[in-house]
Amino acid sequence: MKHASGDKRFKILEAHIKKFQGRQDALIEVLHRAQELFGFLEDDLLLFVAYKLKLPASRVYGVATFYHYFILKPQGAHTCVVCTGTACYVRGADKVLSAVEAKSGIKAGETTADNEFSLLTARCLGACGIAPTVVYDGVITPHQTPDAAVARVNEWLPHDH
Amino acid sequence: MIIDDLDAIAEAERSSAKKTVIRCCMAAGCMSSHSEAVKTSLEKIVRDSGLSERIEVRGVGCMRLCCQGPLVGVDPDGIIYEKVTPEDAPAVIIATQGGEANVKRGDPTHPFYTKQLSIVLANSGLIDPERIESYIAVDGYRALHAVLREMTPNDVVESAIKSGLRGRGGAGYSTGLKWATVAKTPAAQKYVVCNADEGDPGAFMDRSVLESDPHSVLEGMAIAAYAVGANQGYIYVRAEYPLAIKRLQIAIKQARQTGLLGSGIFESPFSFTVDIRIGAGAYVCGEETALMASIEGRRGTPRPRPPFPAESGLWGCPTLINNVETFANIPVIIRKGAEWFASIGTGLSKGTKVFALAGKIENTGLIEVPMGTPLRQIVEEMGGGAPGGVKIKAVQTGGPSGGCIPASELDTPVDYESLTRLGSIMGSGGMIVMDESTRMPEIARFFMEFCMDESCGKCIPCRTGTVQMHRLLDKIVRREATPEDLAKLEELCDMVARTSLCGLGQNAPNPILSTLRFFRNEYLELLQAQPDGKPAPAGANAT
Ligand SMILES: Cc1cc2nc3c(=O)[nH]c(=O)nc-3n(C[C@H](O)[C@H](O)[C@H](O)COP(=O)(O)O)c2cc1C
Ligand code: FES
Repeated sequence: MKHASGDKRFKILEAHIKKFQGRQDALIEVLHRAQELFGFLEDDLLLFVAYKLKLPASRVYGVATFYHYFILKPQGAHTCVVCTGTACYVRGADKVLSAVEAKSGIKAGETTADNEFSLLTARCLGACGIAPTVVYDGVITPHQTPDAAVARVNEWLPHDH
Repeated sequence: MIIDDLDAIAEAERSSAKKTVIRCCMAAGCMSSHSEAVKTSLEKIVRDSGLSERIEVRGVGCMRLCCQGPLVGVDPDGIIYEKVTPEDAPAVIIATQGGEANVKRGDPTHPFYTKQLSIVLANSGLIDPERIESYIAVDGYRALHAVLREMTPNDVVESAIKSGLRGRGGAGYSTGLKWATVAKTPAAQKYVVCNADEGDPGAFMDRSVLESDPHSVLEGMAIAAYAVGANQGYIYVRAEYPLAIKRLQIAIKQARQTGLLGSGIFESPFSFTVDIRIGAGAYVCGEETALMASIEGRRGTPRPRPPFPAESGLWGCPTLINNVETFANIPVIIRKGAEWFASIGTGLSKGTKVFALAGKIENTGLIEVPMGTPLRQIVEEMGGGAPGGVKIKAVQTGGPSGGCIPASELDTPVDYESLTRLGSIMGSGGMIVMDESTRMPEIARFFMEFCMDESCGKCIPCRTGTVQMHRLLDKIVRREATPEDLAKLEELCDMVARTSLCGLGQNAPNPILSTLRFFRNEYLELLQAQPDGKPAPAGANAT
């Protein structure tokens, strides 16, 4: 069965599922790929995966919600992930985070109303030697300060005030 | 593939070596400081100035001193350059032809380098992790050959036992004994799993090993598989490590193409394949039973043990699970002998340990030292102390399951037993230095918030206990707590530690207990005065 929307990405996902011969234990692999393709895991997408892997929807939903890496809501066009692992914390990551929160008016885990910017946190990126670290649009950046972080995300924020 | 083929690859690699090798760190730390642009720029200049015959520019793994990256090393001159930019490239190349480059020089005679003893990291920063030939040229896969051709599975298990190697993933269980249990459990199907979840914040040893020398882990796994009778392996890597995943994928592909993974390895009856499973951001999945649930595509919740994975693991089959660093030790132990390995370290802790130095310390990066090295040597001599000459207050080891060791105990040797005696644990190797600006109750709250977020929710003591402990710690930090609250906190610590299902909950109180033990005054200072108006009673020694 094809997905009714005709969206090509479903086909790519289906090919990926075939690579695993439809094995149910590939669920997490499949969800990774789905999120890569679609950006986040919508209910409709989860149902598609459940159908293709012949798993109950509850099982797929249960797994998708268990793991922090899977996101069920759309993200902003730009993302800023502040590492709040121990090494970054003792080097002042909490101050970096509060500065970005203050500037953007949103809390960690939220997205601005115009869907342009999401602020997220991570528990250690394994780059503790260059702490504190922040990931801007997927690029790990070393030795961040509150000022540097605010300057960096400023252009992604609405400027109507 | 037979041994002659292996020799031929090694020989070809060695004989094509150029006079000068410029090594550029291509591990995640330096890459985030744009080391790739540095490498590209060096390559271009070598090409443009017709020096390709004489100079090789090689992408390598972690060169240890992450805070000074991007790092570039020049052999055979023994020079290390720090904070290299693409614009520095011409000067670096000119200096190889005689002369001095006006580029920041590192000091290879600094204790940070000279006090290291590299077993696990022996190839890290030297070989190209994306080329199997580079690993074969430094005796890679010779141990696997020796094992398949000259040793019985039982010999290999014996060797692992004799080496005294203990698991590097945290608990420190004897690797050889674990192998023996899996080996003697009869089953048609067995598995070998490599735990590369590395969830402790502040730890990046396993990431570095995978990015710098992935084949050593594959070889270690293959040897283990032969010893226990498995033919399928899984490496469970956290999704936060895309570069490590990529290097592993390359390594597995190359090993398969070279005939070092797959069926009939070295023309023996032994077959072994390895697949990667990518985590999805759940700390508890580092726990072995949760990890296996995750590999099976389920929610990563732990289950009671026994049965241990060695008897009933993946899909109910006997499963050997070891940490990345544990596996990386294996080929060297086989090549150099169990006796040699056992001669390094202390009575019960053999070999070396890799630590990730981070936090308030001058030299952040990776170090590998013999077990038993005093903490002081690590943080003061090698690490250079806290930046700006500030006093070190404590060293945190073992992540959210560990504790804070006060400066007064810095002469403690790092081995499993000594750290446990101080209320901390060896853990996987994260070592985070804290200076006087760090308030211990806040650190305890930080870790408890972590455990609260990461508790999988399956057992009640951990699910609700971490929330209650966090609430009490928060109250203390906000100066709203009474001595009764502190007493309640200590009671909860005891209850959660005793009744939780897995290590996450059992060890979650450790950061509180260890900071209470050594820094009780800091808690007491935050408490409201007792009802009778007397100041809070003075507590233990430190600060
Ligand atoms: C909450 C929790 C998290 C853990 N995380 C890891 C980890 O990230 N990496 C690891 O190797 N072991 C981790 N462990 C230990 C594993 O359960 C297991 O003991 C280890 O992988 C065994 O390998 P070893 O004997 O080579 O150390 C964790 C344990 C617990 C309880
Ligand atoms: S604690 Fe931030 S990268 Fe490790």
